Amino acid sequence: MLETIFLNKKFTNPIVLASGIRGVTAASMARTIEDGCGGVTAKSVSKEPRTGHPNPTCIGMDHFFINAVGLSNPGVEKAVEELKEFKKFSDRPLIGSIFAGTFDEFAEVAEKICEAPIDFLEVNVSCPNVSKEFGTPFAYSTEAVETITKKVKERSKVPVIIKLSPNAWNIDVIAQAAESAGADAITAVNTVSGMIIDVYSRKPVLHNKQGGVSGPALFPIALKCVFDIYKKVKIPIIGTGGISTGEDALAMIMAGATLLGVGSAVYFRGQDAFKKITTEMEDIMKAENIDSLDQIRGSAHL
Amino acid sequence: MIHWTKLEVQPIYKIFGGKFITFFEASTPAGLRPLAGVRIRSEKKVINFPPPGFMDKPNYIKIKNIVTETPFVKTFYFDLELKSRPGQFVMLWIPGVDQKPFSIGSDDGQTFGLSVFKRGPLTEKLFGLNTGDRVGISGPFGKPFSIKPDTHYIMVAGGYGAAPLGYLTAEVSKIGCQIDFIIGARNAENLLFQNKLSELQNLHLHITTDDGSEGHKGFVTDILPEILKVNSEKNTLVCTCGPEMMEKKVLEICNESNTDCELSIERYMKCGNGVCGQCAVDPLGICMCTDGPVVSRQIANQITEFGKYHRDKTGSKIIY
Repeated sequence: MLETIFLNKKFTNPIVLASGIRGVTAASMARTIEDGCGGVTAKSVSKEPRTGHPNPTCIGMDHFFINAVGLSNPGVEKAVEELKEFKKFSDRPLIGSIFAGTFDEFAEVAEKICEAPIDFLEVNVSCPNVSKEFGTPFAYSTEAVETITKKVKERSKVPVIIKLSPNAWNIDVIAQAAESAGADAITAVNTVSGMIIDVYSRKPVLHNKQGGVSGPALFPIALKCVFDIYKKVKIPIIGTGGISTGEDALAMIMAGATLLGVGSAVYFRGQDAFKKITTEMEDIMKAENIDSLDQIRGSAHL
Repeated sequence: MIHWTKLEVQPIYKIFGGKFITFFEASTPAGLRPLAGVRIRSEKKVINFPPPGFMDKPNYIKIKNIVTETPFVKTFYFDLELKSRPGQFVMLWIPGVDQKPFSIGSDDGQTFGLSVFKRGPLTEKLFGLNTGDRVGISGPFGKPFSIKPDTHYIMVAGGYGAAPLGYLTAEVSKIGCQIDFIIGARNAENLLFQNKLSELQNLHLHITTDDGSEGHKGFVTDILPEILKVNSEKNTLVCTCGPEMMEKKVLEICNESNTDCELSIERYMKCGNGVCGQCAVDPLGICMCTDGPVVSRQIANQITEFGKYHRDKTGSKIIY
C-alpha cells in the first residue's frame, strides 16, 4: 500500500530518516529501519572533520524543535567507512549527504562519498546554522544552486538530490534552477531559521544564538514549499519538515512529495515515530479508499 | 474539517520551572492531530516517573550552596523538585560557555546536588561561581539504576563515579538494603564521600588507591571478586560507575560469576533526547542519553564498542 518508487528505486514505505537525526553512526541509522523507516539519509559530511557548535545545540519545545548542531561530522573519509557499515546492517536505500564551503569542494566531497555504497546523494546547500563560517547559505541564490548542482552532477556516481531552504522566498524558482542544472530530485525543506531566548538569563539558549526550527511548527511552511515546487518541476520531491502524523504525511504526498523525510517527530512521538506515521497513513488510506500513494500524489493541485 | 472520533487521553507529568505541569497524552488511532494544547507523545513508550527525555529550555536557577569535597571536586546544590532517580543526569548550562551532562549526586525531593570535577572551560567557570549565582538546569534525563528491595548492593565506584552511586546508596539504604561500597581513586586526596559513606550503618566501605596512600594499594577490581565470593549466597546486584576500562573489568568479573550488574556508560551527548544520535553505541545503535546511561549486564555485553572505543563530538571513533 505504501510501496513507493523513487528514481527507479523501490522503497517499502515513503518515510526516510531526515539528515541529521540519529544519523551519526551506521548502527543508529539501521535502528531507524527497525523503527519503521523505508530508507535513511545520513548526517551531512564535509571534506574535513568538524566539531560543530558547543551545547546547547538542541532544544525541544511544545510545538517545535530547534537545533544548531553546526554540521559536526568526522569528515568524508571516515564517513565513507561508516556508510559501508550501514549496508552490513541493512539493504534499504541509503542517501548520503554532503555540504561544503566552496563550489569546488562540493564536487570533491561528492566524488569521495561515492566510494561508499550510497544509493543517492543529497546535497545540503541550506544549513542555516553555519553562516558565520560560510556566509549566506547557497540555497538563497539561484546561481549558486545551479553551479553546485552542475559540479556535483559531474562527479557523482549516483542520482543527486538538492536540499533547499524554506528561508528562500523563491524556493520554487530555485528548485527549477536545480532541475535545469541536472538535479535528479529536490529535498524540501531544511529547517527554517529561528531562535529562542531564555527570559531569566536574558540570553539566547542556543550557543550559536540562532538555529533551525523543525517539528510541527515547520510543517505548514514545508507543505507550502513542496506545493509550490511541485508546480514548477517534473523531478520528484522528498517532502521534509515537521511531518509528525499520518495525516501530515498524506497531506505532504497530496502537495506533491514522493518520499517523506521524518526527523524531529522522534522527539514528539518517540523512537518508533516512523512506524506510528506509516500505521496512521494506512488507517486513513483504508478509511478513505486510497489504494496507493500514486493515486493521491499532487491531488491538492487538481 | 477535522472530525474527532476516538481520542484516548491520559495525563503525563512534566517538570517545568520547578513545578509539575500535567499534559495530556493523546492517542488518535487515525493519525488525527490532537487538540491545541494537547501534546503528541509516544503512547506505547513506558514512561518512568518522571518521564525521561524532554530537553526543554533550561531552568535558570540559583546555586543554593557549594561544598568543597576534594581539591578538585565541589558539590553544587540547587532547590528544584527534580524528581530524579539515581543514575540519571541533568544538563548544566552556563550561557555563552557550554552545556554538559552531570550525573545527579543527591536528590531529597526539594534539593539536588551535583558533584563536579574541574576539567574544562564549563567546570572552570562553574567553580568560579558563588552561592546565589544562576545556571541553567534541564532534565532529569536517562535511565536510572534499579532500586530493588531485599537485594545486597555492591557499588563499585571509580573516581567521580562515587557521586551517582552515593545517591543510589542513600535510596537503597532507605528500603533496608545492605551495601558493600568499593571506592577507588588515584590517591587518598581524590577519594570522594569517604566520610559520608563511612557513617552509614548498613554499609561496608572498602577503599583502594592506585598509590596505596589509603586502603588497598591497587584497583577496585582487585577486591571485587573476594567481596562477590563472600556474598555469593545473597541476592546481589553490582552497580558500577567510573572509568570505562574499570567498568569493563567489573563487567568481566560479573560475567565470570554470573552476577547481576548495572553499569553507567558515558558517551558524548548533545540533545539528551535520542534525537541527534551522537551518543549511539555500536552495534545496537541505541542512545546512551535515553536507553542509558545505566544499562544492564545483558545490554552491556551486546555493546561491542564498550571498553574498545567511543566517539568524539565529530562522530569519529576514539580508541581507548
